[in-house]
Amino acid sequence: MERPNKLQSIAIPLIAVLMALLIGAVIILISGSNPLAAYGALLEGAFGSAKGIARTLEKSTPLIFSGLAVAFAFKAGLFNIGGQGQLLFGALVAGIIGYAVSLPALLHIPLAVLGGCVAGGLYAGLSGWLKTQFGAHEVITTIMLNFIASNITDYVADGPLKDEGIIARLPQIQDSAVLPAIGPVPTGFLLAIVVVFITAWLLDKTTVGYEIQTVGKNPNAAKYAGMKVARTVVLTMFISGLLAGMGGAIETQGVVGRFQPGFNAGLGFEGITIAMLAKTNPYGVIPAALLVGAMQSGASQMQFDAKVAPEIIDVVLGLMLFLVSADMIIRRLIRARGDDDSQPRLSSGWGN
Amino acid sequence: MNKTNRLITIIVTVILVAIVAAYLWDARSTVAVLSSTLRQSTPLVLGALCGLLCERSGVINIGIEGQMLFGAFIGFLANVYTGNLIMAIVAALLAGALSGLLLAYMSVSLKMDQIIAGTVLNILALGVTGYFYQQGLTTQGKLPTVPLGPLADLPLVGPVLFSNPPITYATLLLVMVVHYVLFYTRWGLRTRAVGEKPRAADTLGINVYKVRYWNVIIGGMLAGLAGGFLTLEAVGTFERNMTNGRGFIALAVLIFGKWTPFGAWGGALLFGFAIAAQTQLQLSGAVDIPHQFIGMLPYVLTILVLAGFIGRSRPPAASGIPYEK
Repeated sequence: MERPNKLQSIAIPLIAVLMALLIGAVIILISGSNPLAAYGALLEGAFGSAKGIARTLEKSTPLIFSGLAVAFAFKAGLFNIGGQGQLLFGALVAGIIGYAVSLPALLHIPLAVLGGCVAGGLYAGLSGWLKTQFGAHEVITTIMLNFIASNITDYVADGPLKDEGIIARLPQIQDSAVLPAIGPVPTGFLLAIVVVFITAWLLDKTTVGYEIQTVGKNPNAAKYAGMKVARTVVLTMFISGLLAGMGGAIETQGVVGRFQPGFNAGLGFEGITIAMLAKTNPYGVIPAALLVGAMQSGASQMQFDAKVAPEIIDVVLGLMLFLVSADMIIRRLIRARGDDDSQPRLSSGWGN
Repeated sequence: MNKTNRLITIIVTVILVAIVAAYLWDARSTVAVLSSTLRQSTPLVLGALCGLLCERSGVINIGIEGQMLFGAFIGFLANVYTGNLIMAIVAALLAGALSGLLLAYMSVSLKMDQIIAGTVLNILALGVTGYFYQQGLTTQGKLPTVPLGPLADLPLVGPVLFSNPPITYATLLLVMVVHYVLFYTRWGLRTRAVGEKPRAADTLGINVYKVRYWNVIIGGMLAGLAGGFLTLEAVGTFERNMTNGRGFIALAVLIFGKWTPFGAWGGALLFGFAIAAQTQLQLSGAVDIPHQFIGMLPYVLTILVLAGFIGRSRPPAASGIPYEK
């Protein structure tokens, strides 16, 4: 029974992607544009030139981190919707360390990244603590913390640490904190791949990973086996936020060059779609993030050539999420059988 | 029970005395803050009533935010293209009902994880409304204030309670209607039975799926109306992601109100007051706090409410669990 399930965990996301693109095409058609031209321009923009490919990799980098953050939390039955806020804090702290501290690059780069990681981790850990201590559901607290994070980071960028000039942003980070690119490949992207492997190793080969997955599958059994469920929940949220925060730090140090509010003005929900497309498998996050990154990267070309609003991407992503989560629909279509244990199971209900 | 009743009576009395005192001290600001409290609380009450119907029948609805956004957008579009505000309200209600149908399909029929189902709804709503929204669409006005005859001329209560636009009145009525239906009718009894002990309800011949479908759809209509309030009554136009977390705040309000209509109403008024008071303080220049800190007050309050109240109030037992026949 191992093989058909494995096959399904690739086939179902693929079918979901294709169906979402198809429905997206119909929507483009209804709104009076040519879907083939639109998707053609999208592909062209994402992969048609060295610059396009570099941009696709650049866009995919924070997506790998945010997808990984959601997928990791899913393993413990937790739903971290707060990637956006954790990423913002990571970006902010990396931006502060990047400009305010003077160190040789060999120390400066990792210090700033680490600062971003810790900031994101603590911010998500707060939600974990609120859950274990008070039973406040992490879905609501992480969303609320998203709003709070954007307010606080806006304040910092417009208040005490504001750069000279009119724009509310922090000063540029020092050269010693900048993550360089190797040819068309941003260092951040390579780092993201390495982190994917580390995350997979952590989940599958360590005691901590085993505890996290046990808590996700059956918290009662975990408790009975003597595991500290509350501690595992907080730790999982911390690591999940650490991943998102790292994405923010790398965005600051590798792409934007400073902290500037609204740089990542996306919906902040892509990470959820990516984690679901990946079936919460860390390795699966890479192709899923590349897909979403390519769509974002080619969106402006699509708008320019085919006159289709870039927001269509959000519609298609929403449809992908719907189809891959409601995989019963696809299962019925392809007459797939078998139990689905790849779908994340969350701690449903309020409290406890 | 008696102890809680006495506590509530004391709290309400203190609040009323405080309001009268404030009115005698500064009539204009008091009226301004109280009217604004009511307006700010309206979408939260409607959102909370939506969540209430869903959860009382056993479905967790985390997609209220998206349902509001759908209602706001479709109501706005109907207003733009028909110029008829009644049609626009109907459109917002229908949009909400449709989003409820989708949620019910995902959580009742497909038995998806309900938290994920709601999230799907939120993300779809953001995407679809963002794509179809074009800048530069103008509406033909918004719902006017309807003063209720001589009642509107009373001091304090007149301008605050009896001089409001229609959806605000409707919301006050709906709190009472939902309370009555839920606790004094057959429908309400069945809904609560399905939300607490679906197996037992099923044995007694109640169609669990049907009860859940209807409650989620009607709840969706209320969330759609909350969205309609934003575009048709409060702002008069649509903006991307204009709900700004209100759907989630409504959930906190629901929990704060212990899954009862009047409790939710009180919770929503508290939130509305927090927003109204800080706006007034900011406008009067009485305090000089950076606007970002004032802006995040409702979100901080939501977390505090969740952390402080969730352990002390009990959700419907079957809320969040798909029913398998």
